[in-house]
Amino acid sequence: MCTTCGCNAGEVKLDGQTVHDHAGSDGRVYRHAHADAHDHSHPHPHGLLHLGRGETHAHAPGLSPARVVRIERDILARNNGHAAENRGLLQARGILGLNLVSSPGSGKTTLLVRTLRALPAHTPVAVIEGDQQTANDAERIRATGTPAIQINTGKGCHLDAQMVGQALQRLVLPEGGLLFIENVGNLVCPAAFDLGEAAKVVILSVTEGEDKPLKYPDMFRAARLLLLNKCDLLPHLDFDVALAIENALRINPELAIIRVSAVSGEGLDDWLGWLARERASLTARQNTSVIEAA
Amino acid sequence: MSLAENVLQIIEQAAQEQGFGRVRTVVLEIGQLAAVEPEAMRFCFAAVMAGSIAEGAALEMVTAPGAGWCLQCAASVPLTEQPGACPRCGGFRVRVTGGAELRVKELLVE
Repeated sequence: MCTTCGCNAGEVKLDGQTVHDHAGSDGRVYRHAHADAHDHSHPHPHGLLHLGRGETHAHAPGLSPARVVRIERDILARNNGHAAENRGLLQARGILGLNLVSSPGSGKTTLLVRTLRALPAHTPVAVIEGDQQTANDAERIRATGTPAIQINTGKGCHLDAQMVGQALQRLVLPEGGLLFIENVGNLVCPAAFDLGEAAKVVILSVTEGEDKPLKYPDMFRAARLLLLNKCDLLPHLDFDVALAIENALRINPELAIIRVSAVSGEGLDDWLGWLARERASLTARQNTSVIEAA
Repeated sequence: MSLAENVLQIIEQAAQEQGFGRVRTVVLEIGQLAAVEPEAMRFCFAAVMAGSIAEGAALEMVTAPGAGWCLQCAASVPLTEQPGACPRCGGFRVRVTGGAELRVKELLVE
């Protein structure tokens, strides 16, 4: 997770424009109040740590003005609050929001472009693209005629719910349709950050290792569907599909798995079928809640 | 790193609500199966708390045990790793139900 990669210290941009809700005096935007503390060249973090520890262990209850405050608050509560808002908005508009996650280079964007072209005509759809830098992916999406907004996370290694909430405000919402959120290529941090999606879809390409689900279990546990991509390359590789599937199911016994290829189109119908079923069940849930409310 | 920043936000909010000026110890509850590396958290914690009301605060991490529901046995079982086998049947059809916690449990303040 981010504790290991030092992420989220930089400027966040939406379609190249800085988000101005936390602007500092220098006009730059920091999403966190203490971005400066990110400096890993801070001269004495370990010294501070040991000093703190020593002090606490020497602490005698009742002899100092110190008191214990019970907090019991989830560290991700703030993100989860924004995620709940996003989820409410998407549900109210009947939009199936999917969070697409994978390693860099798994073919997420290519698969998404192919999917957008293959969707039934007139399907309302929009895309939020997350990358550290460049608007290349949003441009690739827009070339299909689909509205897309690019979030540049700067040094951040994942999208968070607040970024997605800001993007949703600027996007023409695909009422009753589909919203694809393509996360930053990273199998670690995005697993922990709920964006308000209906489901996470993890993409694993056959040019990666069969043991990736075992190496990055959190992501495979968090996902509802695994798309095994680049299957057209299987004849040229030693990749063991059965082993990869077995490993993924070890982590998440309820994970649905579809073999696909963005190049050959293999499995695309199954993937579109999965999307159609998810949209139908969303509509059914909405109708039920309308009936219950009435 | 962003987790450490979230910890600081929680501390600063609690300081406003409960009126304390210094934090001496921060106790986090980290699930056994949560994707948090304790040493990395210690490093980031010190760096992020520098210059705040929790500068120099001690960090204590309490581990919440991992737990799962074995689909094969239809029973709750303890889990120590992910992927973890069911200790009863040895199968891997275990859904994680506990041990993913990431919480600020309590603070020692003055």
